[in-house]
Amino acid sequence: MSEANDPAGGVVAGEPGGPTDGPTDGPTDGAARGGPEAAPPGDRPGDRPGVGRRRAAKGREGLRPPLRHRIITASLLTVAALYFLTPVYWLVVSSTKSSSDLFGTFGFWFHDPHPLDYLHRVLTYDDGIYVRWFANSLMYAGVGALAATLLSAAAGYALAKYRFPGREGIFNVILAGVLIPGTALALPLYLLFSEVGLANTYWAVLIPSVVSPFGVYLCRIYAAAAVPDSLLEAARIDGAGEARIFSTLGLRLMTPALVTVFLFQFVHIWNNFFLPLVMLSDSDLYPIQLGLTSWQGYADRQPELYQYTVGGAFLSVLPLMVLMGVLQRYWRTGLTEGSVKA
Amino acid sequence: MRGAPRRGAPRRLTRTEARSARAASGFLLPFLALFLLCFIAPIGYALYESLLKVERTGPLGLGGETKQVWAGLSNYAHALEDDRFTVGFGRVLLFGAVQIPVMIAFATGLALLLDAASARWVGFFRTAFFLPYGVPGVIASILWGFLYVPGISPLVEMADSIGWNVDFLGRGAVLWSIANIVTWQFTGYNMLVLIAQLKAVPGELYEAARIDGASAWQVARHIKLPLIRPALVLTTVFSLIGTLQLFAEPKVLKPLSNSIDSGYTPNLAAYNEAFTSNNQHIAAAEAVLLALVACVLSFGFLRLVGQRGKDGESG
Repeated sequence: MSEANDPAGGVVAGEPGGPTDGPTDGPTDGAARGGPEAAPPGDRPGDRPGVGRRRAAKGREGLRPPLRHRIITASLLTVAALYFLTPVYWLVVSSTKSSSDLFGTFGFWFHDPHPLDYLHRVLTYDDGIYVRWFANSLMYAGVGALAATLLSAAAGYALAKYRFPGREGIFNVILAGVLIPGTALALPLYLLFSEVGLANTYWAVLIPSVVSPFGVYLCRIYAAAAVPDSLLEAARIDGAGEARIFSTLGLRLMTPALVTVFLFQFVHIWNNFFLPLVMLSDSDLYPIQLGLTSWQGYADRQPELYQYTVGGAFLSVLPLMVLMGVLQRYWRTGLTEGSVKA
Repeated sequence: MRGAPRRGAPRRLTRTEARSARAASGFLLPFLALFLLCFIAPIGYALYESLLKVERTGPLGLGGETKQVWAGLSNYAHALEDDRFTVGFGRVLLFGAVQIPVMIAFATGLALLLDAASARWVGFFRTAFFLPYGVPGVIASILWGFLYVPGISPLVEMADSIGWNVDFLGRGAVLWSIANIVTWQFTGYNMLVLIAQLKAVPGELYEAARIDGASAWQVARHIKLPLIRPALVLTTVFSLIGTLQLFAEPKVLKPLSNSIDSGYTPNLAAYNEAFTSNNQHIAAAEAVLLALVACVLSFGFLRLVGQRGKDGESG
């Protein structure tokens, strides 16, 4: 049973301000989460402190579930994994096929694969517009998420660590912002931006992307728990300015929450389709999603674009999937921080 | 938040308080300014635009001059009388009523299974389930689109070969084909949120129940499920908001299926109203209606489960 591994680790992982919280997680925490580097199947959690008692309890009660249960569990998990991975597998196979093979051959198996050749054509088609889209996506998501994280950190810190009139009111308005559908905002925002000549520029996508009410919410919850008032007071007595206290103490103590906000916003911006679709008409400014749909739209007239769409989709998914695989552990902290506390 | 005031320095206290307010506004203002620009202003502008309409002057209303005039609520009336818009709204509500419970149940099941599974494969499965979250909605739709279209799809081919005629993109099926894309993308993400909450629950609780002779099923049903309730509420609300915004999937599948019209979802309707029909005033009214319904439903749901959004300090 993985859940029997380490209750203490689990609690620490969920608690802001825990010493091994977030991205700095050491191996102990990884094991507690039953990650790949966990101790061998559930039996010997190793000699981390605090597990001795549990191990004794386990021995006494024989908590390991019967074989039948484990087989059922494993088969259910396998079926689910097949469901989630099959489309990805199809994408990998299909990215090695020509347009005519896409239609003519069985989709779940390779046929005359030329992966490098086709991917090269994706990258060079139309003067390498694909590379440009990719760079645009990286820029929107990277710069946008970084700015969003800093803005959220400052706002969340202010809401958690200072008392001033209207604080709760401001916070509630920001919270309500979480519940407003982004797409309902995009249309009027486009109309506004076209009035001031911002539509169809990089700014049109970047500016709305740096505002993350959810990030402020997370940062406030986190700062309230992880940044002790006494520390701030001590720094003030030492004569440090508020800005300096925030940038040296606040940001450092909030790091786990900041990583979560950054990743969240990065994926959010990367995946956002409606906003760039509404804002941009110049294909040089397109992020990758928009570019690929435009290829897909032309594929009826230009059949090789089918192959480019599939190959381009494969290439675009690759970095983010790797990121998902590596980063899913960081994701856990903070996500439900608020609800855990509530 | 200041500690106890230092003795003998009452005047300094007010000064530090003023300093604190100044610092707080310095930290808050950059965000608030942009929040105002990107959240409050568009809502205000949409409300304003939705109350106007374009009137043409000149002979037969075809002349060159156009001007904006007050329209009252006529744009809203127009949107609500437009069958395609209201049917589209009903469609996403039906979609949500079916897809959200299915997805949340699926995610909960996977979270509980992973929580109870032996450690060796947990990391692999968790990663496999979470991977689709890294596939943007558009790409997922393109991807599944290929898996739905007869002629390319190996799924259709396999079904055909055993004499089963499936049409993923037909009138009755396409909504659920879209539901499948959304489920595929977000189940793993929701599962991860639930797992995070499961891990935050003290293990002693499970252990005590086990020692008392509770079966794995009983522990899951009576201890774990009630404890992850807040996370279930959170994921449901986010799914609700996402469902109402449904756009990329129908937009990408539209060329492949003639069962998807220009008002298939409210968002698609508003988009086409603005960019195809060039009627931004009705589009604004539709955007306002969409935001209104989203807020009413998510607040209503939170009220219903008695979990009003609380701030962290009072919690």
